[in-house]
Amino acid sequence: MSFFIPRKTSRRQMLRSLMGGGVVSLALPFLDCFLNTNGTALASGAPMPVRFGTWYWGMGHTPKRAVVEKQSTGPGIEFLEETASLIPHKDKMTYFGNFNMPLDGRSNYTHHSGWVVVRTGSAPEAGGDVPAPTLDLLIGDVIGEGARFRNLDVTSVGIARENYSARNTYNRAGAEVDPVALFDRIYGPEFADPNKADFKPDPAVALRKSVLSAFTEETKDFVKTLGATDRQRLDEYFTSIREVENQLSLQLQKPEPNEACVVPERPREQKEDEYIRVREMDSVVDTHKVMAKILAMAVACNQTKIFNLVFTDNFANVRRVGETYTHHLLTHEEAIDSEIGYQPLTYWFNKSAMDGLATYIDILDGIPEGDGTLLDNCLVMATTETNYARLHTIDGVPAYLIGGAGGRVKQGMYVAGGGDPITRVGLTAMQAMGVPVQTWGTKSLETSKPITEILA
Amino acid sequence: MSFKTYIRSCTAIALTASLFFLSACSEPEPATNGAPPDMRLLTSEQYRNIIHDVFGEHIEIAGRFDPLVRTDGLFAVGARSAPITPKGFEEYYNVARSIARQVVNEENKLVLIPCEPVDASRADEACSRQFFTDVGRALYRRPLTDSELETAVDASGKVADELGGFYEGVEFGLTGLLVTPNFLFIIDATEQDSSAAGGVRLTGYAKASRLSFLLWNTSPDDMLLEAAAAGDLHSEKGLVREVDRMMNSIRLERGVRAFFEDFLDLERFENLEKDTIIYPAYSINAAESAKEQLLLTIVDHVVDKDAAYPELFTTRETFMDEHLGRIYKIPVTRPDGGWERYEFPADDRRAGILTQMGFLSLFSHPGKSSPTLRGKAVRELLLCQKVPDPPAEVDFSLFNDPNAPSRTARDRLTAHSTAPSCAGCHKLTDPIGLGFEQFDSIGQFRVAEQGVEIDPSGDLDGLAYSDAKSLAQAMHDHPGAPACLTNQMYSYAAGRAPGRGEREFVRYLEANFSESGHSLKVLLRNIASSDALYMVTKPEQGPDGVRAASLKDSSNKERGS
Repeated sequence: MSFFIPRKTSRRQMLRSLMGGGVVSLALPFLDCFLNTNGTALASGAPMPVRFGTWYWGMGHTPKRAVVEKQSTGPGIEFLEETASLIPHKDKMTYFGNFNMPLDGRSNYTHHSGWVVVRTGSAPEAGGDVPAPTLDLLIGDVIGEGARFRNLDVTSVGIARENYSARNTYNRAGAEVDPVALFDRIYGPEFADPNKADFKPDPAVALRKSVLSAFTEETKDFVKTLGATDRQRLDEYFTSIREVENQLSLQLQKPEPNEACVVPERPREQKEDEYIRVREMDSVVDTHKVMAKILAMAVACNQTKIFNLVFTDNFANVRRVGETYTHHLLTHEEAIDSEIGYQPLTYWFNKSAMDGLATYIDILDGIPEGDGTLLDNCLVMATTETNYARLHTIDGVPAYLIGGAGGRVKQGMYVAGGGDPITRVGLTAMQAMGVPVQTWGTKSLETSKPITEILA
Repeated sequence: MSFKTYIRSCTAIALTASLFFLSACSEPEPATNGAPPDMRLLTSEQYRNIIHDVFGEHIEIAGRFDPLVRTDGLFAVGARSAPITPKGFEEYYNVARSIARQVVNEENKLVLIPCEPVDASRADEACSRQFFTDVGRALYRRPLTDSELETAVDASGKVADELGGFYEGVEFGLTGLLVTPNFLFIIDATEQDSSAAGGVRLTGYAKASRLSFLLWNTSPDDMLLEAAAAGDLHSEKGLVREVDRMMNSIRLERGVRAFFEDFLDLERFENLEKDTIIYPAYSINAAESAKEQLLLTIVDHVVDKDAAYPELFTTRETFMDEHLGRIYKIPVTRPDGGWERYEFPADDRRAGILTQMGFLSLFSHPGKSSPTLRGKAVRELLLCQKVPDPPAEVDFSLFNDPNAPSRTARDRLTAHSTAPSCAGCHKLTDPIGLGFEQFDSIGQFRVAEQGVEIDPSGDLDGLAYSDAKSLAQAMHDHPGAPACLTNQMYSYAAGRAPGRGEREFVRYLEANFSESGHSLKVLLRNIASSDALYMVTKPEQGPDGVRAASLKDSSNKERGS
């Protein structure tokens, strides 16, 4: 697996090459002069964009090996051996412990109800059911304008269906599974490099948009022929068209210079012997790292404001080479080692997931932006579907909010849920991102109580 | 059912010249009430088939459309509720651009565009009109309306003049056509019909699409569209004529493959993964061959031989290639690495599709077999029985004894069944799955697991078996198997599960299927030529209270209809 090497160009190098090349039109890269004096806003006065992301791992934590449970909310998260790799980042995140998922008598559809509740605020009525939009899309509806992609969904386990971002059961896009396809989608010919010296809009792009609009107008009459359900589907279709029209419009505009945006190197194609190992944990870790870098830079390059990354899926279809059991099967079948008090192989997988999260945080925090980093201007919600996978426990499901959200949230906090519904975390995230929502969730999951202790 | 419909069945019977089928006209088709018209998103396979049929198989289609949701056991039913997401539209748009570019490139334009522009550096309305008239009819499965045609011609003309190229204009216009709902969705257009129970019926073109996607998994050909235009599909004679023509086409194989890919959930092959340390014989090639072996066996059996469906579970005839030879440990002699017919010896441990690598590997874990997954697949896919979801609050420590000696799957699952909360479901699945335990996760034969001899005996709903081969015989004899196939094939054809008013019709299909000796072709023909398949009610009321109009009622008249 190859990793991209950011092409960092110093301002001096750029000026020298431009002068040497005799280029006449010159657009300066995104420099401090474009920021206000304290680096928190663009010189135009517009605030630095704040973005929202999710990160998913399957199978939760190993009890008593991840985070020291506390009875009260306050600064300081005590990570244990499973989450040791998060220690360097403890001041850039908040941990939520002891939040519950009341299902009001509905079944706990194993490995499904958990993620659905955390992300939609509603319990599913059946396996596979997604009863409400996931919160990333609700946030995207508010902040997503102005970027090329309304959201980018990526998974490192090679299964496109494993995307925990959906409008409903059926409106659930496939995630990007291939690093090369992800790269090409973002940085292919349609990518407008904000730091490129000259910009010439392609006249064909305007024509494409015009043709698309003509066919869309023509289609609108067709809606009259449909029943109510299908009209709804056509509305979704027209929304989707607008996204592509938006992409075409952006191609006609010169992007704002952006020093943080450094186009990564295109990853190499996977070989067959790698493809066949796509869900071996070592391979997942490599793929995740490559895709995380591509995705993070897409955020920095203002290609999207909503970004979702799945490390492992809700059934953890990942395995360790030579082992007969997948991570999921191990959670149920592996015996608890009486000496150490937990399932050792399951623990290894859980720890690998947290190492993956640490890698992701490193990547986001390693991209300079303004006077801080990209992570400072993002809020990433890291969630799973269960507290203790061996028993499919959903009460006490762990959750993290990572990043500063442009100064809108406090970090380094431990939040004790005291058995409150987990929807309080989602409501807090949405309010931090500027979604005008006072109440979120249904039935016993409904809450109008954001966690004010972490809102700045 | 009307007397005319009864006559139609008998006409079809006469055409098949099948003694089994002759008995099928003993009962008339029960009346049904249909369902509101709907629109189904094209599957990836249908999209590919249409493009290849219209423009040729050399057109490359590179892209990954959004996955459909399997509903009532079929993606064909999920397609009825599938929207086009922003990511999905982006993909359709990019694929459309790529297809349109290829159609007008130097290599293809003289073949695929039926006329040459007077001046290739600017718009040519006549040539453009000819192209979009022909291609539009093939892509929309009906002639374009005047307005639709003008949109395509005007848009391409504008591009041609702006960019200085006729073919660029065609490229842009074709891209537009390929992303409209009229192409991407199979639409149940309706028209007034005072003789119909609900006052409406499917248009001839909508009937043609329903028929064509069922039998060929692609859009109607010219002859079917002509029959639709002439109104032939509204008459029993015309419909049966077209059904028979299509049943005798080589394209029927494509339709049957598509049904079984959906019915058996073969999409799972896309994400199949095995541990190559544990199973060195496994490879991506072997997995692809396993899927193809299943489909070759099925098509050979139910289409080419028109043999009884239940015998798919017992047939010793199949096909082999070099990749499978390594799994089955059978020398494959064909020098070019292609497929060759193979018949398992009478005393072999294998018989039927359930003992092929495809089924055995698809319903196993990456590193071990799974009697539970295999049993669940048999129950749900082949017998249409719902196995309840596992309970959440299960403490596996109750029956996971870390100090127990190495055990077989039967030992482990017997332990599972001691937990009352697990026993109910495991008793449904495991007795079936344990019958396949002599085949490992990739379908290799074995006699022992961890040194302990495997006991593959059990019973299937009271039908005792001693090993996989006799389990296959039990499946052959199970009355639920043909009933399930009947139900699912009708669901597949209609894009929805049968409604309450269709239960009698499904029983009628089952009876005819049985009387035909379980000929799948007879079942398919009965569905395709039935009244029920095309029966619709009025569209749902719109949210604004406006009664939904039909395409024929709108101001845009269909051309040539």
